[in-house]
Amino acid sequence: MIVERPATLRLKKIAAHGFLLCFLALILFPFVVVVSISLREGNFSTGNIIPQNPTLEHWYLAFGLDYTRADGTVVEPPYPVLLWMWNSIKISLIASFGVLAVATISAYAFSRIRIRGKAALLDSLFLIQMFPTTLALVAIYAIFDGLGEATPLLGLNSHTSLILIYLSGVTLHIWTIKGYFDSIDTSLDKAAAIDGATPWQTFRFIFLPLAVPIMSVVFVLAFIGMINDYPIASVLIRSEDQMTLAVGSRLYLNEFRYLWGDFAAAAILSGLPITIVFLIAQRYLVSGLSDGAVKG
Amino acid sequence: MTDATAYPTASPLPRLILTALVTSAILFGAFYLTISGQAVLGAILLAVAVAAAIIFGANRFYGARFIFPGIAAVLVFVAFPVAYTVYLGFTNYSSFNLLTQPRVAEILASRRSIDPTTETPFALAETEGGYTVWLPDLGLTAGPFALDETAETIAAAAGSEPTTLLSRRDALAFRSALGQIAITTPDGTELRNTGLRSFAQVTPEFAQTAPDTLTRTADGTVFTADPSTGFFTSAEGEQLTPGWRVNIGWANFERVFTSDGIRAPMITIFLWTFGFAALSVLTTFSVGLLLAVILQWEHLRFKAIYRILLILPYAVPAFISILVFRGLFNQNFGEINLILNALFGLNPAWFTDGTLARTMIVIVNTWLGYPYMMLLAMGFLQSVPQDHKKAAALEGASSLRVFFTITLPQIIPPFLPLLIASFAFNFNNLVLVLLLTRGLPDIPGTVIPAGETDILASFTYRLAFNDSAQQFGLAGAITLLIFLVVAVISYANFVAMRRAAAKRGGRT
Repeated sequence: MIVERPATLRLKKIAAHGFLLCFLALILFPFVVVVSISLREGNFSTGNIIPQNPTLEHWYLAFGLDYTRADGTVVEPPYPVLLWMWNSIKISLIASFGVLAVATISAYAFSRIRIRGKAALLDSLFLIQMFPTTLALVAIYAIFDGLGEATPLLGLNSHTSLILIYLSGVTLHIWTIKGYFDSIDTSLDKAAAIDGATPWQTFRFIFLPLAVPIMSVVFVLAFIGMINDYPIASVLIRSEDQMTLAVGSRLYLNEFRYLWGDFAAAAILSGLPITIVFLIAQRYLVSGLSDGAVKG
Repeated sequence: MTDATAYPTASPLPRLILTALVTSAILFGAFYLTISGQAVLGAILLAVAVAAAIIFGANRFYGARFIFPGIAAVLVFVAFPVAYTVYLGFTNYSSFNLLTQPRVAEILASRRSIDPTTETPFALAETEGGYTVWLPDLGLTAGPFALDETAETIAAAAGSEPTTLLSRRDALAFRSALGQIAITTPDGTELRNTGLRSFAQVTPEFAQTAPDTLTRTADGTVFTADPSTGFFTSAEGEQLTPGWRVNIGWANFERVFTSDGIRAPMITIFLWTFGFAALSVLTTFSVGLLLAVILQWEHLRFKAIYRILLILPYAVPAFISILVFRGLFNQNFGEINLILNALFGLNPAWFTDGTLARTMIVIVNTWLGYPYMMLLAMGFLQSVPQDHKKAAALEGASSLRVFFTITLPQIIPPFLPLLIASFAFNFNNLVLVLLLTRGLPDIPGTVIPAGETDILASFTYRLAFNDSAQQFGLAGAITLLIFLVVAVISYANFVAMRRAAAKRGGRT
């Protein structure tokens, strides 16, 4: 934009790259260390970034396999990481689909259908979405404890309970999708109405196909939010085989049983798929983010 | 806009049948919950069923059908728990006051005390037709009986030692089955199994003499149900635990505001929660904005690679990175202290020193949060018109000056609602605190668990779920205070959002 002298420009470039590289070294340090730790021997080991005696022991254990050391002792996996992963993915997938369905339909109605008191409803929705469900944990515990007396399916330690309570995340996403629908030209639905389409048909055949990009954004955001939930899952889920990844992973770094090496391998194994999904989706996420969604 | 009332559907029959089916299923659920003693939850389901029937049954509520699922979900899963939490704040719900009064009376009445003077050793023998208990000191045998976990009373009679006595270890396998039987001796006393080696006379500790009174068998003390405290209380003020759940008015709030052991740490935690949220927003925003500005620089190469690497901390699930940091900051074998030790000879106690723990939490939160701010800032920076900057630069303004007088004022207003949302998010950033420090180290001299790094939300979490006395009522009361703060932040965000929308030209 503005003409600069080549010498200063060159200096500036070096400074910029230098700063970014130093910053990246600092930021990416934890990733490098975790990979290194997952290959080291033992759970307390310290050492170089490139391990002297690399071993796949922690990786065998993370995949749920027994590992036979050189001296013949067999180590058993401390925790069922793959089971936790499956629990997490199952719960988050089902709940995200639920959230997506409810949010899309509501967002369409808020954007296009004339309903009495809509403005007030929208305002209260906006105020309510600031109250995170995690704050009502005491009540959630009490409610599901009570429900559990009627049927264990909806009690504590049940995945159904967790899925149900995750549906509460719907408010935020109604706003995101509504913002998208608002930006669609109204002549589309007017044309549909002239052709005799009911609002439901307009939604089903015009808006739903158009909303696929924003729906994938909301789906990924909802999914990641649920995978990351610790407070609710830790209160509702108690037994080890029902745990989600976030609740279970914490067991590794217990003061009395500190499994740093095993944790490192399990963390990479479970974190990698989610990270890759996020990186693929991130291009599309940015627009969704600036519409008001916050991820932890 | 489409007119909601003008569209009768083709044939209403399938819809009506479906509505009837779904409604009756929900109604059955409501009924089932009510008879299982969950009247409030049953009533809520009943309300949902009625609303569903009206909205999906009647033609005039066509538009409402679309928002019904969303509104119902928000009311049931957000509004109701919030209201219920507030209600619990006015009760004494805790691990001591968990049940209902009839259930408490039942539990107390079923309590037995062992009379040690009647304790007598026993041995178990496998005899024809089942098992026999041999009481050598009394010279009695009881049995044979089946010993299959059923409750039964067996009369004992004088006898001689059976020849087929089981070893103590084999007898151990029948422990729970032995607990079910009672043996009556010829003189009429009833003996029960009281341990690995003995039978003894066991008497109920309390007798329920009236619906609201229990009498202690040992000394005849009468305990009356006290509906204001939720305990059976004697005239002298002795309370029996457990108690039951009752409404205790403002008592929890009084405790919060008047008990020194609670009020002092509460104030510390309250201030830290604000400080932590504000600091987090400040650090993530400045780091993110700085990086965004550098990445936007037109002469910079490899932008795409930098961008991907810089958002990596955001892409990794937060709970994993937080736990990784928990390990890295470990005082004895964490990599961070190893490096600090090698370079500067330092060995900071990240988890036991209050200030260091707080520093650590802010560092980790900056690491977690800056990519989000960076992504947002990159979007907003693009919308700043280039000619303003050019004009200022031509006037001779330095690039720093251009940034602070032209760029920053233009991106702050659209950023504001997002900054407020980020503040609110960090105000309740339970995941970070629970996974990194659990609020530790503890603040000395408090009567309830309260830590230096606790934020209000984690403080209530620990009150309710982490300690021996689960104080749900007190936690509910503190949550109400958090709700008030969140309501203010939420309203501020609402106003900021409105302003930003108005500036963009009145959309939304």
